[in-house]
Amino acid sequence: MRCFIGIDLGSTTTKAVVIDENQNVLGRGITNSRSNYDTAAAIAKQEALVNGRFHLFRQALASSGALNGSLEGFLAQLERDFRLEQYLEQLADLEATCQRNVGTAKFGDAAKGVTAALEEVFRRLSAEAPRLFAPGANRKSDFFRDIAGSQYLAVGETVAKEAGVRYDFLLNVFDRSIIEVENRVYGDSIRRHLLDALERTFRALPETAGRRDAVAEPIRGILDVPMEETYVIGTGYGRARLPFSKEHIRSEILCHGLGAHVMYPGTATVLDIGGQDTKAIQVDPHGIVESFQMNDRCAAGCGRYLGYIADEMNMGLHELGPLAMQSTKNVRINSTCTVFAGAELRDRLALGEKREDIMAGLHRAIILRAMSILARSGGIRNEFTFTGGVAKNEAAVKALKELVAENYGELTLNINPDSIYTGALGGATFAWRAVVEEGKVAERREKA
Amino acid sequence: MSTPTPIAGPESRRKPEVQKEDAMWLQKELINKNYMELARARGEGRKVSATFVPGNLNELLMCFDFARSLPETNALQNGMRKKSGKFIMDAERDGQSEDVCTYVKADLGMMMGGEIGPTGDPLPTPDVLLLSYTGCFTFMKWFELIRHKYGCETVMLHVPYQGDGKIAPNMRDYVVKQLQENVIPTLERVSGVKFDIDRLREYMKESQKAEEDLVAVLQSAKNRPSPIDGYFGAVYYIGPIFTAFRGTPEATQYYRVLRGEIEQRVREGKGPVTPEGELAEEKYRLVVEGPPNWTSFRDFWKMFYDEGAVVVTSTYAKVGGVYDFGFRHDPDRPLESLAEYCLGCYTNLNLPSRIDMICKYIEEYQADGLLINSIKSCNSFSAGQLLILREVEKRTGKPAAFIETDLVDPRYFSAANVKNRLESYFQMIKQKRTAAAH
Repeated sequence: MRCFIGIDLGSTTTKAVVIDENQNVLGRGITNSRSNYDTAAAIAKQEALVNGRFHLFRQALASSGALNGSLEGFLAQLERDFRLEQYLEQLADLEATCQRNVGTAKFGDAAKGVTAALEEVFRRLSAEAPRLFAPGANRKSDFFRDIAGSQYLAVGETVAKEAGVRYDFLLNVFDRSIIEVENRVYGDSIRRHLLDALERTFRALPETAGRRDAVAEPIRGILDVPMEETYVIGTGYGRARLPFSKEHIRSEILCHGLGAHVMYPGTATVLDIGGQDTKAIQVDPHGIVESFQMNDRCAAGCGRYLGYIADEMNMGLHELGPLAMQSTKNVRINSTCTVFAGAELRDRLALGEKREDIMAGLHRAIILRAMSILARSGGIRNEFTFTGGVAKNEAAVKALKELVAENYGELTLNINPDSIYTGALGGATFAWRAVVEEGKVAERREKA
Repeated sequence: MSTPTPIAGPESRRKPEVQKEDAMWLQKELINKNYMELARARGEGRKVSATFVPGNLNELLMCFDFARSLPETNALQNGMRKKSGKFIMDAERDGQSEDVCTYVKADLGMMMGGEIGPTGDPLPTPDVLLLSYTGCFTFMKWFELIRHKYGCETVMLHVPYQGDGKIAPNMRDYVVKQLQENVIPTLERVSGVKFDIDRLREYMKESQKAEEDLVAVLQSAKNRPSPIDGYFGAVYYIGPIFTAFRGTPEATQYYRVLRGEIEQRVREGKGPVTPEGELAEEKYRLVVEGPPNWTSFRDFWKMFYDEGAVVVTSTYAKVGGVYDFGFRHDPDRPLESLAEYCLGCYTNLNLPSRIDMICKYIEEYQADGLLINSIKSCNSFSAGQLLILREVEKRTGKPAAFIETDLVDPRYFSAANVKNRLESYFQMIKQKRTAAAH
């Protein structure tokens, strides 16, 4: 089947969206951008294609009725098992890489001990793996680096102590190996992993084993249909590093404008607050950008501001919004400068203001800055779509709603739970338009 | 404000050879020649004047045999030679605020480092400071600082703002009166040379010829493809005429050669010469408002070149004089036309006039839109630019975009951000075109 793919290379995460011939979203994928944009793009794309497969499984199984009533549970188990298969392969790869790197490290006589300790560490990591992917397991991150890293640190310390090996040797080997492993793409193993995962799932859910053929058949059928990468469009800060020609690259402003339009066709104004920039975009009824404004020279009032405040308060980023929502009083924070706001925050605390009230003030300060960029771009028109990481923060949304109502009156505010994929969705739509509307053919992928 | 001559530095070793038109090399020679004249002035017993680019009275200064220094040009030359960053920091250490115009700080920093000019030759301290355009308040403060440092004579010509968008007779009379009663007597006294109005007329005849050719060059961009870049290329073209050369036979000759070269390019259907080579395909035609960034001039230009964007005309290329609507120095009315020249300089126009001018440009040069490069340092240009942007968008229906950089402070040029805005803007134009075609 023909697939149209958009990839958004952000400063922190890389996102991909796959759409089909009828512009239905098949799948979404996300990964950390790491230092290698090329790999990040490949992995995000692969994740989106896998996610697309699951979407197709769901469709096929739903129409066949083979898993009536237990479809969602089955697919969730299948996905966990698939992740486990992937994780185990990467873990094996990491072990091999670590062992190889012991050979080139200057550990002297300790090398043998390190080799043995590594074997033990990885034996324990593999044994623990199924628990990590069990139903209800709480993973802090879905990225291999994060999961394997935190496990390795904990297990490594214990093993080092027991075996009398220096812990920093183990850390050294890990640091040198993780980047290599992280930058490998396991695209060829996907089919195998999915089939192996299917077996695991039948074992985990014995009640479905009876319908084995009815379930496995459509899944195999879908795996046999290649998801052809008909056209790919890249966007985002890393776009210049993508090994595509210019024809396959669009600015993220255009992609965000179009993505917001696809999500909400009535969109006229888009506000995107990301980690390092704030964009105000005006689009026409076809999703074409009419004008835009961004923060220049100074990233005050961007997503990173909240990250900094969270660090100052010793809180998690996702805890800020809920705390601010408990506010009962307006505390004015004047500074949108990230660094000054930190000083202002401590000053208000010293004056005895409550944390939640200060938090609400900080959220309002960010949105005030966004309001000024919006004004520069020509103001807010109906409908108004808010995207980017900060759109997930309920306190920021609340402040935005209030300020919009005060300044522009009542209008429709759209926030999509998948708004992080807005740019990639716009890219995928550009890819679709290039082929379906403009009759373009994908160029051969150039060597980076 | 206007005469870049990039030189070989570590930067250019890494990059491919800079490509230039013959006239650009000639321009570079002229500019270097002026620095040599300044360097020799003391030894030859010549007096030295300093003055600013907008509304400069070069013909008048030549009547008194002054060697002529232009502090803005010095600052931008230092910017292009990657020297301004240190000068600015030196000036800040000396007490100048971060918010002070970076031309001023680059100049002050240069003076603190001993009076050596951008080319490495000595730059003498001026004997007289001629402030002939007061629309930029910073100019006044700048000269106050220099006067304070060197104790040199200052003469000020107050130029009324074109608040109503036109030059009223009493405004012109007021400027002429100041020239007669204050400026000319002071210059006579400082130089020891008696004013000769016929000498002024002779210079003005030269100015006229050069102005005529310059206008032809700048307006050649109405062709498709445009044979010149009306912003990055134009800053070379305006170099001689906006600085120490207007009124000299060398300038007249330069513009004749330049016009010949450009007309040849038109006949051959060629695009502009850029440092990266000739632009093969003209994809976008833009009008630009605001001065360029000097510290990353070549990188900045390359961002346009890479996307096939040509600036067909710019307001900055009019900063030393707006000639395209008919003004010429007039030997028959020498003082009156000097007054009109000062009154008519671009930053002395009110916002409605600037908007009219830009809208007219977009139409006459068949531009795809307006790009504003807003300069942190320059209030004369920057105040009101967002209003200009909105109004031009509304009137022409063409997309406009806004970027922010600085003149000569390298800390305020964020290449990734600028490139991002520019690429988005070009793609936006393209998308609009495609949509219009459907």
